Amino acid sequence: MIWYADIRKTMNWTFFHKLGSPKWFYEISGKWLPWLAILAALMMVTGLTWGLLFTPPDYLQGNSYRIIFLHVPTAFLASAIYVSMAIAGAVTLIWRIKLADMALKSMAPIGTSFCFLALITGAIWGKPTWGTWWVWDARLTSMLILLFLYFGVIALRGAIRSANTQARACAILTLVGVVNIPIIKFSVQWWNTLHQGSTLKLTEKPSMAPEMLWPLLISIAAFYLFFTVALIIRMRTEILDRERRTKWVRNAVEAGARS
Amino acid sequence: MSVDVQQLEGRKAMMGLIRRDLKLAFRTPGQSLNPVVFYLMVASLFPLGIAPERETLSQLAGGIVWIGALLAVLLSLDSLFKGDNDDGSLDQLLLSPHPLPLLVLGKVIAHWLTTGVALIVMAPVLALMLHLPERAFPALMASLLLGTPLMSLAGGIGAALTVRVQRSGVLITLLSLPLYIPVLIFGTGAVQSAVDGMGYAGHLLWLGAFLVMGLCLAPIAIAAALRIVVDG
Repeated sequence: MIWYADIRKTMNWTFFHKLGSPKWFYEISGKWLPWLAILAALMMVTGLTWGLLFTPPDYLQGNSYRIIFLHVPTAFLASAIYVSMAIAGAVTLIWRIKLADMALKSMAPIGTSFCFLALITGAIWGKPTWGTWWVWDARLTSMLILLFLYFGVIALRGAIRSANTQARACAILTLVGVVNIPIIKFSVQWWNTLHQGSTLKLTEKPSMAPEMLWPLLISIAAFYLFFTVALIIRMRTEILDRERRTKWVRNAVEAGARS
Repeated sequence: MSVDVQQLEGRKAMMGLIRRDLKLAFRTPGQSLNPVVFYLMVASLFPLGIAPERETLSQLAGGIVWIGALLAVLLSLDSLFKGDNDDGSLDQLLLSPHPLPLLVLGKVIAHWLTTGVALIVMAPVLALMLHLPERAFPALMASLLLGTPLMSLAGGIGAALTVRVQRSGVLITLLSLPLYIPVLIFGTGAVQSAVDGMGYAGHLLWLGAFLVMGLCLAPIAIAAALRIVVDG
């Protein structure tokens, strides 16, 4: 790790370590949280009401396509959160920053929920569109495997007692998983195209009318914001729990009890 | 000590570790044969559960033989580091001056020699019983030859992460399964192509590529996992 020492010497890392301080994060996130929550709620309401009530029905799928405004954001987040977890895992292993592990731990259940929701909404959408709840299509299969990856991270954390070991073991696991994700994607695509022809093309993006695209983009942004809010709330709880022996947490809790 | 001598010593230690593990496995033949017996049982459940007809089975045979091998490897993973952990030799392994990835590679090779090889030997017998068309036998053997060491390597990561966990069987399965899915896809893909009378070299080349990648990366991941879990 010579390169790392060099980088450390040449760059000013104080901001990075400040960012990694639970106390600093707790204070700053407390200020952001209400605004983020309001913004997330506003955008969620706008995106979903626009999408579900005011967009024109699709010429082929009628009204059933409207689930896209839930399905696409959840599917986006399901993969994005796993990659974020891997990044947090790398930060945990390299810089031993506690906050990164708190983020990893807090992201896992949120990502699992989104992955599950993406699968469920996909199945509900599949029934009227393809006439079946489930198809062993490449995308569906890789999503299911992603759910297993999430389960693995959560189960491993549950099985290990020491918090320090938990952090680094889960970091290793998410990194192995993130190397594995492209391999899985590639191999299920190969497997799918070998066995059946192109009956369903989920991989090609439909060219979308702007009156449908805009509410979709707003929903995606709203779900990202919602994820951020949920993550911050979970991380703040995690910080209080892990730092409960420090003075600032005791002060903060006492101040909260008094007010 | 110069670098060359160190490398040589490391390799010697790895060979010694393989010899030791093989000796241990041969001294407890009952335990080492467990995966093979399990393999036979799983494979014989499929005809009972699906259909005994030749036509049906010959279509499914490749998948059954592969899934059976995969489950048998999963079953055997628990013992990869557990025994060494219980008697304290795992701590000695971590304390040794030799590079840990090399040592765990030795452990994985020994694991493959005791389980993977036995499964490969069993496979043609099961394939015959399940009426796999004869033209698919070379593909089956070649894909297992490349796939079983890959499963030992990838499974080693899960085994290392759970070495200090009580009753880790299901957890190892959960951690290893996503890594096994590409192996299964390309392994059964090769057999299926051969059954259909098509070329299967592409599948084998991919399996080979994954094996090379596994040989390079898995020992490092296993070593890191062991250090984390055992040293805390």
